[in-house]
Order: sequence, then C-alpha cells, then structure tokens
Amino acid sequence: MSRYNRRRATNVIVLTLSLAATGLGLLVLFLILGSLLANGVPALRIDLFTQATPAPGNQGGLANAIYGSVVMTAVATLIGTPIGILSGTYLAEYGRGTALAPAVRFINDILLSAPSIVIGLFIYQVMVVRMGHFSAWAGSIALAILVIPVVVRTSEDMLNLVPAGLREAAFALGTPQWKVVVMVTYRAAIQGMMTGVMLAVARIAGETAPLLFTALNNQFASTDMDAPMANLPVVIFQFAMSPYADWQRLAWGGALLITFTILVLNIFARMLASWSGATK
Amino acid sequence: MVEAVAVSTTNSRRGERQRLEDAIFRGATRFFAIVVLLLLAAIMVSLFIGAMPAFHAFGFAFLWDQSWNPVKDLFGGAPAIYGTLITSVIAMLIGVPVALGVAIFLTELCPPLLRRPIGVLIELLAAIPSIIYGIWGLFILAPFLQETVQPFLHDTLGNIPLFGVLFSGPPLGLGVLTAGFILAVMVLPFIAAVTRDVFLTVPAILRESAYGVGCTTSEVVRDIVLPYTRVGIVGGVMLGLGRALGETMAVTFVIGNAHKISLSLLAPGTTISATLANEFTEAVGGLYTSALIELGFILFVITFLVLAAAKLLLLRLDQRAAK
Repeated sequence: MSRYNRRRATNVIVLTLSLAATGLGLLVLFLILGSLLANGVPALRIDLFTQATPAPGNQGGLANAIYGSVVMTAVATLIGTPIGILSGTYLAEYGRGTALAPAVRFINDILLSAPSIVIGLFIYQVMVVRMGHFSAWAGSIALAILVIPVVVRTSEDMLNLVPAGLREAAFALGTPQWKVVVMVTYRAAIQGMMTGVMLAVARIAGETAPLLFTALNNQFASTDMDAPMANLPVVIFQFAMSPYADWQRLAWGGALLITFTILVLNIFARMLASWSGATK
Repeated sequence: MVEAVAVSTTNSRRGERQRLEDAIFRGATRFFAIVVLLLLAAIMVSLFIGAMPAFHAFGFAFLWDQSWNPVKDLFGGAPAIYGTLITSVIAMLIGVPVALGVAIFLTELCPPLLRRPIGVLIELLAAIPSIIYGIWGLFILAPFLQETVQPFLHDTLGNIPLFGVLFSGPPLGLGVLTAGFILAVMVLPFIAAVTRDVFLTVPAILRESAYGVGCTTSEVVRDIVLPYTRVGIVGGVMLGLGRALGETMAVTFVIGNAHKISLSLLAPGTTISATLANEFTEAVGGLYTSALIELGFILFVITFLVLAAAKLLLLRLDQRAAK
C-alpha cells in the first residue's frame, strides 16, 4: 500500500472510531431513557401521587416522598441561593486585585466536584449528632451546601458578562456602588443567574448520598421539618434494592419522575441561557 | 449663603449614609465569600475530629489492614480504598478514550448544524442523577454483562497466564468491572466537555497551516491539536477522576458490597462511598462510626488532591490563553 493510501486509511479509521465513540455515548443515553420509560410508565398511576409509601405487598404510592423531595429541595434552594449570589457578587464586583477572590474561586471549584456523600457525613457530624436525631432540616442544609458552589460559579460568570459601560453610566450619575450592583448589574444578569439556580435545583433534586445520613427516610407522611422525612431518591434506593416486585415497580416510577423533571429543568435552563445571550 | 451651607450638609449627610450602605453591602458579599472558604475547612476539620477515635485505635495500619469485623471492632480501610481506586482506574481506561473520541468528533468531524444538539445530548448524561445510573446498572446493565461480556472475557482473556487472573471466577454481573463501566459512562460527559472546550482553543492558523501542507484530519489531531492541548486534557481527565472517586449511589447498586480484595475484576468488592452508604446508618458503637468517618476523611483528602491538581493545570492553561 502506498504511503498516501496508508495515511488515508488511518484517517478513516480514526474518524470512524470517533464517530463510534459519540454513537456509544448517545446510545447509552437513549438506552437509559428507554428503560426508564419502559419500566416507569406502567407505574405512573394516580396512586403514585396520592398515596404514601406502602408496606411490601400493599397498594401505595410515593406521595410522601414527592412531598419531601419538593420541600427539602425548595428549602435548600432558598438557603443556598442568596449565599451563592452574594459570594458570586463579591468575586465579580469587588474581588479584583484581592488575594481572597482567587482563593474563594479555587475552593468553590473544588466544592463543586467534591463527593456529595462527604457533605452528608459533615452535616451528620455538625447537626444530626448535636440534635440527637435525623431531620429534614439537616437534609435541607446538606443540599444547600451543594447549591452554593453552583450558584457562586454561574453568578460570577453572568455578572462578568454585563458590559462595563452599563456600570460606568450608572456611576457617572453618582449612584453608590451597591445600588449599581443591585439595580443595574443584577437586572442585566438576572436571566443568567436564574439559569444557575435552575441548574442547582436540577443537581440536588436527584441527590441521594447527602440525604442518607441527614433526612434519612420515613415510611409515613410527615410535614415536620424537625423529624426524618421521606424523599424520592432515598425511597428509590431502598425500594430498588428490595426483593419485592411492587416496591421495585414504584422505584422505577419514581426514577422516571425524577429524571424527566431534571432533564426538563436542564433543557429549560439552557434555553433561558441562550435567550439571555450567554452561550454555554 | 446659609442655604448653600444647609444644602452641602444634607449632601454630605447623604454621602455618609451612602458610604455606610456601600460598606454594609460590600461587607455582606465579602462575608459570604469567606463562608465558602470556611465551608471546606469546616468539612475537613469535622471529619478529622470524627475520625480521631479510629485513628488512635488503628493508626496508619488502617490504610493497609484488610479486616472489617464490626463484631470484634476491628476495622481496616484497605478493601474500600482499593475498590475506590480500581473502579476509578477502570472508569478512566474506558471513559477517557471514548471522551476523546467524542471531543474529536464534535470539533473536527461533526457538521456545524449538529454540533450543539449532539454536544447538549452528551452533556445531558451528566445531568442524569447517580441513583438512576444505579437502578439502570442493577436491573439492565449487570444482567447484560453477566450473560454476554463477562463470559466472553472469562473465556478469552481469562486464559492468558498471569494476566488471566483478572478475569477469573464466575460471572456474577455485580462487581468491580460493572462498577467501572457505569463510572466510565458517568465521567464521559465531564471529560468530553472539558476536552472539547480546550480543542477549540487551538488557534485556527495552526490547524489551517497543517491542512495547508496536506495533513489528514487524523494527523492534525495527533500532531497539532493533542500536543497543543495536552495540559488541558490532563486537567479534564483529573476532573473526571475526581468525580469517579467520590461517586456513591451508582456504585453502591452494582459493586456487590464485599469487604475483601479480589484480584479478579469480575468479583464483588466495595468502595469507600459504597461502604458509607450501606453501613453508616446501621453502624452501632463509636469505633464503627469513627472508622467509617475516617474512610470519608481519606476519600475527601484523595479527591481534594486530585481536584486541586486538575484545577491548577486548567488555571495554567487559562493564563497561557490570556497572554
């Protein structure tokens, strides 16, 4: 084979392999979504949303777990978002030239990828042990710690995208800096910052590991934030690992519910981001 | 004259109030930035304190001791630490080449119109929660591997002397290899996204010069793109590794939960995070809990080092791009 043909053949092989790699990634995505639909759709009955988790062999649904997930995710987002936005503001607006800003940025990026189960251990140590019992508060705080780095990162990025001219125009009118940030910069970046919050919600909605040692689980419907609370991920974990077919069916139903909520949040967040002009 | 003085005092009073408000807002943002910093320190310290009883009882031998006996209060971290490392290594061996392939496809081969949708679909793999990978791995992937891939590996690679021990034993479906497979899928989107982004930083003039002297696409990738982006790729791989090391739920479902080190990749094992997920709430006795927290501390230190290295490499790349 001539040198030219050999080079062309190598080229075709490499490009085919890269095509195959992409195909493989997409195939796995569709296989996962497909099996979720195939196993989850039969479990999607009205009972799923109206009845509490059953004992094995009994009729029941996931109502208490859905309630717990929604409440804890909401509380975690409410706690984590302001903290994240304010520290993101520091990095974008006040951090220039300080030694603190690069350090915070560095640590924040590590927290972004830190194992979530370790966050669960941390909250167990500082809250569950002190209070003497598992509680929905502890679960919410653990999730809030996961929200913070996501929101810090996106707020800083989005605030940096606001054109300097907008701030300078406001300063030229004699506006104090905090008013410039709150009334001009935040308004210009609000869509992007909402994207960050949505991505954070999508991230914590399916988190299981940090809840195992904090909110634990609850067989019964409970609205007490100071007591253990059922939540979808932990119920899915418990039911899927059980030998009971009806529990496993509920686990698939819950899995379908959680995945599609998260995918919709993700896709919506991306659309919001591209409308606001920020690509990525 | 009197009026002018009055106006200037109200102005200066307003100025003072504004300076105060500014200082308060600035202080608040600075305070929460410091909170982020302290959070990491607090996690480290609280795990360290929790691990102290186990550390006093077992010393450094905890790192290589293989016993795990809650009844006799004897604990060694070796099986979990080994499992964490070996599953991550398998994940990297499978995940990195595939991620590179995806990045090459997206930057060199893909029609521009499809670039964004395909990129987004690959990134959606990262959005699927860990527990979903777990349930899919347990009910779909594990039986599939047990019936097809594992007997094949056992019958072919398993017959090679010395090397074959890696694929010996009955194909159970659940085990180290399956966990590695799942982790490979989970780290794929992270590595692919970073790699694609650094591929796009290659100056067009370098790429075009190479095409201009008659290079094929694969030669451009091998001789121009990969050398130019080496640091960034290593950073991306480390980022993926950091994720793989700490991944919990997906692994817990498929690893089989056995506290022993087996040479065979088909055998069940455990990882630090899987041990924590399975045993922590059932652990009775201070020493048992403390040994588990020590495992968590070790995991946090390992991932911290890997992620910090990844971050430093990627920072170096940003500085080069800024020049």
